[in-house]
Amino acid sequence: MFVLDALNYASDWLDGSLAFRWSCRMGVCGSCGALVDGTPRLTCAAPIPETGEKVVIEPLHNFPVQKDLVVDIGDFMEKLGRVEPWIIRERERALEEGEYPQKPEELEKYDQFSACINCMLCYAACPVFAADKEFIGPAAAALGYRYNLDSRDEGATERLDLLTGGAGAFDCTFVGECSIVCPKNVDPALALQRIKIDAALTSLKSIMRRGK
Amino acid sequence: MVEKFSHDIAIVGAGAAGLRAAIAAATFSDKLSIGLLSKVYPMRSHTVSAEGGTAAVLKDYDSTDLHALDTIKGSDYLADQDAVELFVREAPSEVIQLEHWGCPWSREEDGKLAARAFGGMSVKRTLFAADKTGFHLLHTLLQHSLKYPGIVRYDEWFVLSLAVEDGAVRGLVALDLRTSELAFVSASAVIVATGGAGRMYQFTTNGVIKTGDGMAISYRAGVPLKDMEFIQFHPTALPGTGILITEASRGEGGYLKNKDGERFLSRYTPEKMELGPRDILSRALVQEIREGRGFEGPFGAYLLLDLRHLGEKVIDSKLPFVRELALNYAKIDPVKEPIPVRPAQHYTMGGIHTDVNGRTPLPGLYSCGEAACVTINGANRLGSNSLSECLVFGRRAGQDAASFALSRRERDHNPGGDRSVSSVQYVSLAEEKMNRLLKKEGGQERLAEMREGLQSLMETKVGIFREEKGLREALREIRELKGRLPSAKVDDRGRTFNMEMVHAFELDFMLDVAESVAYSALMRQESRGAHFRTDFPKRDDKSLEGPDKGQEVPPGTDTRELLPGVRSKVPSEDVRLGCTQLRE
Ligand SMILES: Cc1cc2nc3c(=O)[nH]c(=O)nc-3n(C[C@H](O)[C@H](O)[C@H](O)COP(=O)(O)OP(=O)(O)OC[C@H]3O[C@@H](n4cnc5c(N)ncnc54)[C@H](O)[C@@H]3O)c2cc1C
Ligand code: SF4
Ligand code: FES
Repeated sequence: MFVLDALNYASDWLDGSLAFRWSCRMGVCGSCGALVDGTPRLTCAAPIPETGEKVVIEPLHNFPVQKDLVVDIGDFMEKLGRVEPWIIRERERALEEGEYPQKPEELEKYDQFSACINCMLCYAACPVFAADKEFIGPAAAALGYRYNLDSRDEGATERLDLLTGGAGAFDCTFVGECSIVCPKNVDPALALQRIKIDAALTSLKSIMRRGK
Repeated sequence: MVEKFSHDIAIVGAGAAGLRAAIAAATFSDKLSIGLLSKVYPMRSHTVSAEGGTAAVLKDYDSTDLHALDTIKGSDYLADQDAVELFVREAPSEVIQLEHWGCPWSREEDGKLAARAFGGMSVKRTLFAADKTGFHLLHTLLQHSLKYPGIVRYDEWFVLSLAVEDGAVRGLVALDLRTSELAFVSASAVIVATGGAGRMYQFTTNGVIKTGDGMAISYRAGVPLKDMEFIQFHPTALPGTGILITEASRGEGGYLKNKDGERFLSRYTPEKMELGPRDILSRALVQEIREGRGFEGPFGAYLLLDLRHLGEKVIDSKLPFVRELALNYAKIDPVKEPIPVRPAQHYTMGGIHTDVNGRTPLPGLYSCGEAACVTINGANRLGSNSLSECLVFGRRAGQDAASFALSRRERDHNPGGDRSVSSVQYVSLAEEKMNRLLKKEGGQERLAEMREGLQSLMETKVGIFREEKGLREALREIRELKGRLPSAKVDDRGRTFNMEMVHAFELDFMLDVAESVAYSALMRQESRGAHFRTDFPKRDDKSLEGPDKGQEVPPGTDTRELLPGVRSKVPSEDVRLGCTQLRE
């Protein structure tokens, strides 16, 4: 029995007005996040203790609550678009030329960051986002950065600006809560950290170039 | 005051098919305004759960002829063979296209796309992104689509009906789930990409959103449904939840075993064993259970899928999601123990009748993906063909709709076509329906009770094995449920995220789809592919000449779904009888 099963039991048989999102019930659509006993969890993957203790379920923190467990994630969708999560290239390869070769070890470099299911648990856990809703946040940063690490992409410089501009990656204080709650081991904290390093290196390089 | 939106093209559904169509239309012309409506955020669409892979011929050892032949054989000769040919020719460039857009396909050591074995495919031709292919495909498409300003998303909008005027589609009525406000979206072309209808069954690998909405909506607008009797059951789902354990686990070498530890498929499909077509395997599993060689568990009888001999390394690199799912949802580590499995509903081969450009017989209305029936799947879809189908026919529908909408636009000089549509009328029909629910007093039966009633009757009477008596009962019961639905008890009178109302609409749609499935199953007096009639256990190739065999048509049934079957160019051989042979 998972928390989601309990929610479904309640809405099916006790009170049909209970509102919560779910679809896949297999931990991949990312829609069923909530606070379970204070921790951001996927309700479809959070077991109910067999000991019969009470479980407290609340909407995810840091988002406007629309109804019951349904929170507004429109802001994330907008941020996702802002980091240009697509392959950027000077010259696009024609379809007839076939695939871009990419070695398994090159795939390995960004694979983990591409595993994000947009469940928003990390935003609910993030103290920086709690204080400043402008903050780009863990998932959008990881998803943007994923393309920077992709051997097919040539947009890293442009995207680094987007990832660090405004309330960007440098606002992250490296609390690391996001990576702890992430159900898919994306480790967005690592992405944020590496964005900062990449950006620092890039500006160092340009300073040095100017110095020459 | 009814809210109105206007687009050249409105796309219903943002899974692989809907997103691919949207991008195709946006690249066709940046002048086009494209409304993309989805009842859930696009990345929640059930494409996300597809695990195994996407079939396309990209290897030197393979050929499109072979892919076509496999698909046609898999379909039990009911696929439209011209459509199949076109499909296998275009699938490779779609996979490459997704690669160019950033999809993290799994690779060979030399950097080329890796291919794996899949049921019914005679060589390794299924491209994959670990065992999260659908997830990666969907997210790649969504992220890439954000590039196009022409695509305007309506996330969490529920489409209720189509507007048809002067014999052409003119738009649709949709509900904003945040406010329960209805809006009219006018469009010169509408593409229905709403996916399958698995939730009408008790045990299904489908997510809760797969309720056949688009099929019902199109049918109600006068568009035929086709091949509805063909429902695919996947042999390996977790008992209880129906969560899928991908066929890739057998493609990578997993075994199916019964209580005696026997690889029982040697008695059903000795040559292909675990990689036989799904219909045969699912029947074989049921047969084993019926003959007492299954295990008994809290969720009914089951068999075992054994991956232990693959070793931890292969499981973790090729099937990480399978391990995660088994650990989380069956408390089983496949590295150490076999996984309990049973068949579950998986895919709807049938759907909205379209041609290879996604066109339905209603001008301006298109469909693609699982909601549509082109048909390349015939009586049984081969695993990993359907993601490719979403891509190939999503693109084709998007492009054709784009050129159609552009030609309209030039004629009408404004996007969305002619303004004379009586939008108010369509919206008020929907409004009435909504108010009947919101303002209703009394009511006894809970919606969940009715939904479970439908699911259990479909499972037992329109399931893997079917016969006339059960199908007639099923039809009667479905119609009875239709009669009872308006008297359901509703708790929620609110207008914000009224999910109960959404579920009521979905059940209403599912009942129409279920009726067409049961009816078509009753009409097809033969066994073919996924459709197995115990009272007609043999395949009858006369049916390829046209399904109308003069049976009694029960009153109140629309016969539009009875489209002529498709002729074979590849002569049908007697190669796929599976359980039929056993019974004789
Ligand atoms: C568990 C599982 C594993 C699978 N694995 C594979 C595989 O490995 N390979 C393969 O080829 N195939 C696989 N399939 C099949 C394949 O995933 C599906 O057929 C395919 O993804 C369907 O895509 P779609 O775009 O047609 O529909 P979906 O992805 O289901 O999307 C439907 C869209 O329509 C929207 N919608 C529906 N109704 C409404 C409405 N009333 N108003 C507004 N929007 C609406 C939804 O919000 C959603 O966006 C698998 C299927 C399942 C269930
Ligand atoms: S990074 Fe992890 S927690 Fe955050 S949205 Fe993605 S999957 Fe969820
Ligand atoms: S329901 Fe899909 S992640 Fe929980």
